[in-house]
Amino acid sequence: MRDPLNKTIVNIQPSGIRKFFDIVSEMEDALSLGVGEPDFDTPWHIRDEGIYSLEKGKTHYTSNSGLKELKVEIDRYLTRRYGLSYDPDAEIIVTVGGSEAIDIAMRAMLDPGDEVLIPQPSYVSYLPCAVLANGTPVVIELKAENQFRLTAEELEAAITPKTKLLVLPFPNNPTGGVMEKKDLEAIAEVIIRHDLFVLSDEIYSELTYLENHVSIASIPGMRERTLVINGFSKSYAMTGWRLGYVCGPEVIIQQMLKIHQYAIMCAPSTSQFAAVAALKNGDADVAGMREEYNGRRRYLLHRFEEMGLSCFEPFGAFYVFPCIQEFGMTSEEFATELLKEQKLAVVPGTAFGACGEGFIRISYAYSLKNLKTAMDRMETFVTELRKRK
Amino acid sequence: MREKILTFIEKNSRIDLKELAIVLGVDEVTVMNELEKMEAEHVICGYHTIIDWDKVGIDKVTAMIEVRVTPQRGMGFDKVAERIYNYPEVNSVYLISGGFDFMVTLEGKTLRDVAQFVSDKLSALDSVLSTKTNFILKKYKDHGTVIAEQTKDERIQMIP
Repeated sequence: MRDPLNKTIVNIQPSGIRKFFDIVSEMEDALSLGVGEPDFDTPWHIRDEGIYSLEKGKTHYTSNSGLKELKVEIDRYLTRRYGLSYDPDAEIIVTVGGSEAIDIAMRAMLDPGDEVLIPQPSYVSYLPCAVLANGTPVVIELKAENQFRLTAEELEAAITPKTKLLVLPFPNNPTGGVMEKKDLEAIAEVIIRHDLFVLSDEIYSELTYLENHVSIASIPGMRERTLVINGFSKSYAMTGWRLGYVCGPEVIIQQMLKIHQYAIMCAPSTSQFAAVAALKNGDADVAGMREEYNGRRRYLLHRFEEMGLSCFEPFGAFYVFPCIQEFGMTSEEFATELLKEQKLAVVPGTAFGACGEGFIRISYAYSLKNLKTAMDRMETFVTELRKRK
Repeated sequence: MREKILTFIEKNSRIDLKELAIVLGVDEVTVMNELEKMEAEHVICGYHTIIDWDKVGIDKVTAMIEVRVTPQRGMGFDKVAERIYNYPEVNSVYLISGGFDFMVTLEGKTLRDVAQFVSDKLSALDSVLSTKTNFILKKYKDHGTVIAEQTKDERIQMIP
């Protein structure tokens, strides 16, 4: 029989946390801090709107780019929160999560040989999506001493004549790092000078704890070269609804719409009706969750300080990214030992790129009570490691 | 600051001071002073526990009683309310708009306990015109806490 497979996909590695997942799910009373989704359920009024749409028989396709009403609300929301404005008829596509938007953006923009700059540590899908879109991923290794921000110098150093697109994943999973306005202005200058485009994944934009999130599309000269990706998963605790969106210049969006149309048809209608309610009446829910995450964030940082574990203060998402280099173990060894000895699961930093070595990702999408138990276990673990040395 | 403390402890009154201070990002002394002040000012009126007595196998009967009264001269409803809330059996007394005046909740060991209280004590008050006793059959949610179900974390345990 002939080889049924495409060589590109065969060469792509599966996600590195699979191994841990298998151990954790077998282990009784294991405590996991490895989840990358909110612990809150979707606020009831949003769920209720989804249910109501089903009761009324709104069970059909929507237009390819999404419900008009939802796109209008997305535009209003982006204006209200980030000072951005997009034409609901031509510059917005409602997608199946932010993930689909990443995929179709790369496919619509890249030709073979085009280089895509991917700052790491970052979410696991940018690199494979770039490869599947025939692009050439080029990794920029972010540094702890810069609080995992992307600097203009790092960007400049990675640019070649083939560079076309920069992925900008802030607030960042897994580091919790953010880019403030001044940081964005510094890189915007480089981006414009080299005529690059930006894929700005702002899925965690509602979860910032220092200042409000700033979108790079709001920096002068950047709107026409930026795709803004956002969605409902993290801000409204709607991961399972699979709903996101992408906004940008009509010339790119219209080509992306063709891929979306032929591959997906339209995002789930029920989710779209629910999302309208989220944008109309959900600001208070988001504020409440943000406040709660912030308390947990402070708690974790305090505990790290007490146990002498070095960690920069992250101001975004719901992750902290402490450094474990002092123990002379790889991230994976550390995570494996921690799981075996204390039944506590965390994600090795290397799952998010080689430069995550020496770090672990801890999610605080857990109740304070769970975090407390987890930090007690962590403290016992690091104390014993230090004794052994 | 007050609002932040209150919002937090309304749902989580057992947190210790040190942790509360960490979570709110202020120092412990500030939190302690603020709590003491709020207790003194009766902003914080008590710390209670929500118990599912059914699970312990202890029978309790709770009733919500609609009470119509004639307010007393010069005192309005407050005087009558005081007569009612001073009984230790009474859990809560609310002045209500609508078809009746007070909603009184009452807890007893048996139906007879409650009935007896209503007929002997509540109805016997001069200012009480009529009562309507509603027995609670099942408690689903109390003080914002769902009684029946215990939520389990069903998320996939490792997600990038």
